[in-house]
Amino acid sequence: MRTAARILGYEIRNLIRSRWVLAYALIFLALTDVLFRFGGTSDRVIMSLTNVVLLLIPLVSVVLGTMHLYHAREFIELLLAQPVGRRTLFAGLYGGLALPLAVAFVVGAGLPFLYTGAVASDPGALLVLLGTGTLLTLVFTALAFLVALGFQDRAVGLGVAIVLWLGLAVLFDGVILLGIALFGNWPLERPVLIATLLNPVDIGRVLLLMQFDLSALSGYTGAVFERFFGTGLGRTVAITALLGWTILPLLLGARRFARKDF
Amino acid sequence: MLPAVMVEPTGMPTLEVRGLHKRFGRLEVLRAMDLAFAPGRVTAVVGPNAAGKSTLLKCALGLVRPDRGEVLFEGVPVTGQHDYRRAIGFMPQRAAFPENLTGREVLGLVRGLHPDADEQDEDLLHRFGLESQLDKPVRTLSGGTRQKLNAVVAFLFRPRLIILDEPTAGLDPLASSILKEKLAELVDRGVTVVLTSHVMSEIEELAETVVFMVDGQAHFNGSMESLRRLTGEQRLERAVARLTRARVA
Repeated sequence: MRTAARILGYEIRNLIRSRWVLAYALIFLALTDVLFRFGGTSDRVIMSLTNVVLLLIPLVSVVLGTMHLYHAREFIELLLAQPVGRRTLFAGLYGGLALPLAVAFVVGAGLPFLYTGAVASDPGALLVLLGTGTLLTLVFTALAFLVALGFQDRAVGLGVAIVLWLGLAVLFDGVILLGIALFGNWPLERPVLIATLLNPVDIGRVLLLMQFDLSALSGYTGAVFERFFGTGLGRTVAITALLGWTILPLLLGARRFARKDF
Repeated sequence: MLPAVMVEPTGMPTLEVRGLHKRFGRLEVLRAMDLAFAPGRVTAVVGPNAAGKSTLLKCALGLVRPDRGEVLFEGVPVTGQHDYRRAIGFMPQRAAFPENLTGREVLGLVRGLHPDADEQDEDLLHRFGLESQLDKPVRTLSGGTRQKLNAVVAFLFRPRLIILDEPTAGLDPLASSILKEKLAELVDRGVTVVLTSHVMSEIEELAETVVFMVDGQAHFNGSMESLRRLTGEQRLERAVARLTRARVA
């Protein structure tokens, strides 16, 4: 545990100094700042940020995560030649990437709420926004590690990562809608509900839009989700599902990492 | 009175592999490798590209998991463990340290993985004159300087076994002679060394024992002298070329 924390510490230092993480934080900072300048109230800014969070965080986490692991491959070999267990190293590497990314988002998107004073108007909504973004970071970094460990060739791995993002963040809803259009006469509530839980981006969307009572914006899946669970239970289910989406790929990834030949 | 007989010290080998098998997909990289590395000896593993040299070293370090067979460190089976590696120094062929850490931080990170290490051997750090470079980020260091840092890490924790993969590739002549001096000093103190190299003159200079590998098997394992006798070649380069031709053809 202490060893993992040590590795994590150095990984964080390495990453914080890389321009990627800084640029990532600045994008959120600039965007949120501009949204406030264009006269947004706290709620409107959060709503505008919703789609950015749902698209950008998964994309950056999955792509950076995959690249990072491929890039570190030789250093991982060197570390594994030291007296350190593989699962410990895996934990350090994962935390060392997921935490800086999550912090970059929270700081970048959160700062403008602080200095505009908007944080006071609806702290709950801001918390949900930052929390969902953090959870999506954890999920997609874990998926990135799983992908990078599954493909020896980094071009293939990166391609799979991007296709994964495209599928979950962009195509998934279209497929669901198509299904609804085709099977409109059937009771679809439960299948759609299950489909939602199968996609972390959808879960994130439900979580974010539930607080605004804007089912129209949350798409079909979101509407069904809220009607089925109600806000309180729905939120718990959504958060649990996202945690599951973090833990499951992490466990699989750790197992792959432990058995891998370097 | 019995005649005095010169007996090779029969101490337990520092590193031993028994019946080591490894397959990557269809490719059999190691086939029933049996090798023992005696303490205080320098063994060079030579052979053509893709003979399985790196895989053998990686199995010893636990980086690659053998399909069959076992690795013993100082007589103890170590497959799947990691603690034994505190006694092993490893210098990989190419050092890729995190770009944004300084040399000092890289050393700090590696030290953190050896929490129980006694007094450390920073001798190479001084001999390479690396101190002045330690506070620069790794990405600004030249390939040679990174390689020096790589060597410092391998020797830092006073290992009993040092594994070097192409150690002098990328080092300038001065640095590479410093590294060889250091190796020789440690060997005198009983440290075991296993190395691969494509520079035969370097192996002639350093190694007493040669393991010649082709297609995942050791085809020769003996002293430099007996290799010369076997092949009738004085130069190691020619001896190895002759063996390679005989085995591959």
